[in-house]
Amino acid sequence: MDWLNAVAQGVLIGGLYALFAAGLSLIFGVMRLVNIAHGDLILLAAYVTLAIVAATGLNPLVAIVIASPVMALFGYVLQRVVFNRTLGDDLLPPLLVSFGLSVIIQNSLLMTFSADSRKLDAGLIETASWNVAPGLSLGLLPLLMFGAAIVVIGSLQFMFYRTPLGRALRATSDDPEVARLMGYDNKHLFGIAMALSLAVVAVAGAFLAVRANFAPSDGPARLIFGFESVIIGGLGSLWGTLIGGIILGVAQSLGAMIDPGWQLLAGHLAFLLVLAVRPQGLMPRVEG
Amino acid sequence: MADAPLLAIDNLDAFYGSFQALFGVSLRIEKGETIAIIGANSAGKTTLMKSIVGLVSARAGAIRFKGEDIGGLETHHIAARGIALAPEGRRLFPSLTVEENLLAGGQAKRPGPWSLAKIYELFPVLGERRAQPSTSLSGGQQQMVAISRALMANPDLVLIDELSLGLAPIVIRGIYAALPRVTESGATALIVEQDTGQALAVASRVYCLRGGRVALEGRPAQLTRDAISSAYFGA
Repeated sequence: MDWLNAVAQGVLIGGLYALFAAGLSLIFGVMRLVNIAHGDLILLAAYVTLAIVAATGLNPLVAIVIASPVMALFGYVLQRVVFNRTLGDDLLPPLLVSFGLSVIIQNSLLMTFSADSRKLDAGLIETASWNVAPGLSLGLLPLLMFGAAIVVIGSLQFMFYRTPLGRALRATSDDPEVARLMGYDNKHLFGIAMALSLAVVAVAGAFLAVRANFAPSDGPARLIFGFESVIIGGLGSLWGTLIGGIILGVAQSLGAMIDPGWQLLAGHLAFLLVLAVRPQGLMPRVEG
Repeated sequence: MADAPLLAIDNLDAFYGSFQALFGVSLRIEKGETIAIIGANSAGKTTLMKSIVGLVSARAGAIRFKGEDIGGLETHHIAARGIALAPEGRRLFPSLTVEENLLAGGQAKRPGPWSLAKIYELFPVLGERRAQPSTSLSGGQQQMVAISRALMANPDLVLIDELSLGLAPIVIRGIYAALPRVTESGATALIVEQDTGQALAVASRVYCLRGGRVALEGRPAQLTRDAISSAYFGA
């Protein structure tokens, strides 16, 4: 039953990894931008949530309703003022700029909040759990994380395939030049995409802040989990990020069962295995 | 500006980097005309199309649409003013279905006669295949989508680049047969065509480009075979 419990916990933590990955996948899918700063933006969202909680006394998970639009607005401005100037045929400028942004965010957080690790308190949500069977217990917080991932990814999927905005984003992703011929303002659409990405990042940041300690330098590790989930699931596939997150989470959880030191290694090995056997990922975006 | 031509291009120079593709091109299009641009490969036909819609920036000269200088405008602003382009090679959005491609063309919601129903009436095969991925269509059907996608914007001026390129003659005849419906709807058409015979048959006026310059201009009835041949290939 211990192994079954490990798998269940891995599946649920996969929801958090999927939240890390969904925004990354969205940005890559729409504008072919590999956002190196994505992990640091998750940490920025965690600190924004911390500031909102400190100012209002709200439960951190309720504070998402404020943090999410704040991060979305920041994302839109960031895209319009910074990233849109770097996009073109060459993939290197946006990559370098996102790396620079990563350094700036980390150091800004260090200066503002110090290097001390923090954690947000969500009250009983953190400790509530159900004993589904002997030796198998499901916590409320992991269930909420997993549920949030399904809601977020399902909503993004609906938006992409059932709304005019989604059609515009897919058209712009397919052929930015022809999209402009149709009257689409690509710079605005890219801003919307980044806003959506950072709205999702705010959800991920709040859950991260409630689940464990966080510090300004934690961003790159979150980026790696998100990146691995995207690659395992398949580039540009939103549901793929959930599958990728689950596989990563389960691999880490099972690795930890064998030896606590193997937790991260097992996740990376699962990633490398998928990369070697199926480099396009398990659910790559199908075109045409 | 009631007397201004629909489109007036004066002494247009266009470049790709340091390479000059157009040299002092001038052109007039009146409302209701069907203009054909003919010329060999690399004559500057596609560059002229791209210059009109703002995808290639002009370094000298002027482009006026309904009397307004549109030379420095961004492409999506030019589209909003009523110029639509069906680009060379069709370039449909591969992740969109046939109907989604058409809806993308009509996203600006300019008022006018063209709607999904009208398009499906013009090209019934597109209605039958509306839910299919656009890339699953034949070349001719893809060209129908490309033209229809441009029409969905209800443009005052529709540009069709290389209408017949890579298509079977029977398909080309089918598309040309639908062209009068386009102009009857109120849109003025500017067609880039390598098939000179087709171009002369449908156009009210023809411009022949050679080496990025206008080598010949006139009404088809006024142009002799020798004059066209000379302009097309050079003396």
